[in-house]
Amino acid sequence: MTTVASAVRTAATTTPTVAELLSRLGFPPSDPGPAWLAQARHASHEWATARGFPTLKDEDWKYTRLGPLLEVPFERVGGGTGRPVSPEVIDALTIDAASTRLVFVNGFFAPELSRLTDLPDGVTVTNLASVLAEGGAGLEPFFSYPFGGYDHAFTALNTCLFEDGAFIHLPADALVTAPIELLFLSEAQGSPVVDNPRSLILAGPRSRVVVVETYAGASGNATCTNAVTQVVLDEGARVEHYKIQDEPDTAFHLALLDVRQGPDSRFSSGSVALGSKIARNEVRVRLEGEGAEASIDGLYLPRGDQHHDNPILIEHAAARCTSRQLYKGIVDEHGHGVFNGRIIVWPDAPGTDASQTNKNLLLSDHAEVDTRPRLEILTDDVKCTHGAAVGALDEEALFYLRSRGVPYEAARALLTYAFAREMLDLIESESLRAHVQTLVDGRLSTEDSGTGGTLR
Amino acid sequence: MLQIENLHAQIGDNEILRGVNLEVAAGEVHAIMGPNGSGKSTLANVLAGHEAYGITGTVRFEDDDLLALSPEDRAAAGLFLAFQHPVEIPGVGNLYFLRMALNSVRRRRGLEELDVMAFLALAQERMKLVEMDESFMRRSVNEGFSGGEKKRNEILQMTILEPKLAILDETDSGLDIDALRIVAGGVNALRTPDRAMVVITHRQRLLDYIVPDRVHVMAGGRIVRSGDKDLALELEEQGYADLGQEVTPDRSASVGATP
Repeated sequence: MTTVASAVRTAATTTPTVAELLSRLGFPPSDPGPAWLAQARHASHEWATARGFPTLKDEDWKYTRLGPLLEVPFERVGGGTGRPVSPEVIDALTIDAASTRLVFVNGFFAPELSRLTDLPDGVTVTNLASVLAEGGAGLEPFFSYPFGGYDHAFTALNTCLFEDGAFIHLPADALVTAPIELLFLSEAQGSPVVDNPRSLILAGPRSRVVVVETYAGASGNATCTNAVTQVVLDEGARVEHYKIQDEPDTAFHLALLDVRQGPDSRFSSGSVALGSKIARNEVRVRLEGEGAEASIDGLYLPRGDQHHDNPILIEHAAARCTSRQLYKGIVDEHGHGVFNGRIIVWPDAPGTDASQTNKNLLLSDHAEVDTRPRLEILTDDVKCTHGAAVGALDEEALFYLRSRGVPYEAARALLTYAFAREMLDLIESESLRAHVQTLVDGRLSTEDSGTGGTLR
Repeated sequence: MLQIENLHAQIGDNEILRGVNLEVAAGEVHAIMGPNGSGKSTLANVLAGHEAYGITGTVRFEDDDLLALSPEDRAAAGLFLAFQHPVEIPGVGNLYFLRMALNSVRRRRGLEELDVMAFLALAQERMKLVEMDESFMRRSVNEGFSGGEKKRNEILQMTILEPKLAILDETDSGLDIDALRIVAGGVNALRTPDRAMVVITHRQRLLDYIVPDRVHVMAGGRIVRSGDKDLALELEEQGYADLGQEVTPDRSASVGATP
């Protein structure tokens, strides 16, 4: 608790207020976009300034110390100021060279690195800024949307400052089967850099799409990614969302995936956290239409001094919805993993079926895990289960493998990989599964500690 | 091949082996019998390198000081333990594990590693020997296997790894007569003049199929009596009562076996 107390003190004395930070980062932006967006940005500014930064006293932030982040003198950079990114780097980070991809460097769209393919009629895959430049008709509700009562300063900061991000829109019945890849690269050659990508995925009735977000960067000075992705599913839509967070260990990563689901829609999320010094990968799902289903899964692999926090909020706000959460952590060295999962079943959600599972494997005596499953059930007629487990490798299994000749390190790696495998099996796309498997294999088999940059 | 001298093993203050002496020569099959709690399984685990025990004494395996070797080095040196209770390992494929084990052992024996095709051919041949269906290979190690399937998987691993010294820890317990015949067939296929086996069992029945050269009786953490195969028959008839110990044969481990 000593470290916690000192962090609070530090935060109180040397870190900026929200207003100071926003002013340093150049709020209001010179080009705030359409009038309604300028208004939304100002409303967010007002809200966040009054609210202040979250502290360890906030239930959803109690495991992530913001001191180390807020002390860094982050700056915002202009578009096109980064070092040129080579096509080889892009190739290494993409799953399928032939797929549709949008690349963003320090929050700005990089058309020369992106690849737009032929998509079904009416499907839009582009950068958000280009849509906003044309007025962004109909998009206002998604930016004035108050994120329920669970908003925090970083979401507001994103609204205040975002430059660009992905915009994906599928009209009714549109099917896009090949994964759409969104690549967010961060790099700070000089001063520490913060960027605020903002993406919007709108899936019309019965449409179907697979989206993969990858976050990577180069080691250098500190970067901070403060990303917000909103997904809205109309009736019967099906969205598979994957996220690979593999930023270098000089990076801070704060992200919100905010999902709203209409009737009979199906959403699945699979996240893999490998990188960053401090990463907070928040997911909020609001099941608003009857019969909606959500599967929210994650694998986090902190080691070194990495901190991976997974705050999950699932709100059952309509009848007969189903939600499943499966999060697994493999924590090595001085790594710290957090699962902070919350399910709220509102009074108008009878027939709810919700489950939540968190399992953790500790590979070192210094590894640390906080697991906190929370259920708030405000109606009868629900089926909710939750469970959490934290343990070390099974000594008997280790002995069994070694007694057959498998060397100690290989036996440990084999058992560790076996623990992760369940998560990989959940990935439907074969090419994506192979891609993630390579990343996880690399992490679990390498002797090398710390995450290097993927750009160099 | 194997010389055990004054072997002691304890967990905490509980001394389980209290001075075991045993010599096994190449080509021989030794049976170790004795009641529950006499230290038979502990002896097997200590020889395989289980790290839970405090150990004194000496064990030589061919030219090696066995107790100084890691479990994986013992396997590479040619020791194999068929476990009494093989552990289930979800998420690790049986075939993948077996190939990894074989290649680890081959590498350390200075042999070339087997590629997937060569390994599959070998595995298929050995699976026939223990009448195991190929579907087992695609499953996780022992996961959801019945008791008999687990034991057959142990024997399969043994026939693939081709150890010099195989220790079978109650491989017969829980097996019906057909499974027993299959397991014994796998064991006998491995009997050559340059290999040796130590068969730990409660009951004489297995020894009808795997005929031992020597039979030892363990009680109270020691080998208290040794003889030829007739000793097993004698024990089956008279029990362990006149061993100078207050012990009785424990038949509960044979539950499920066909009498």
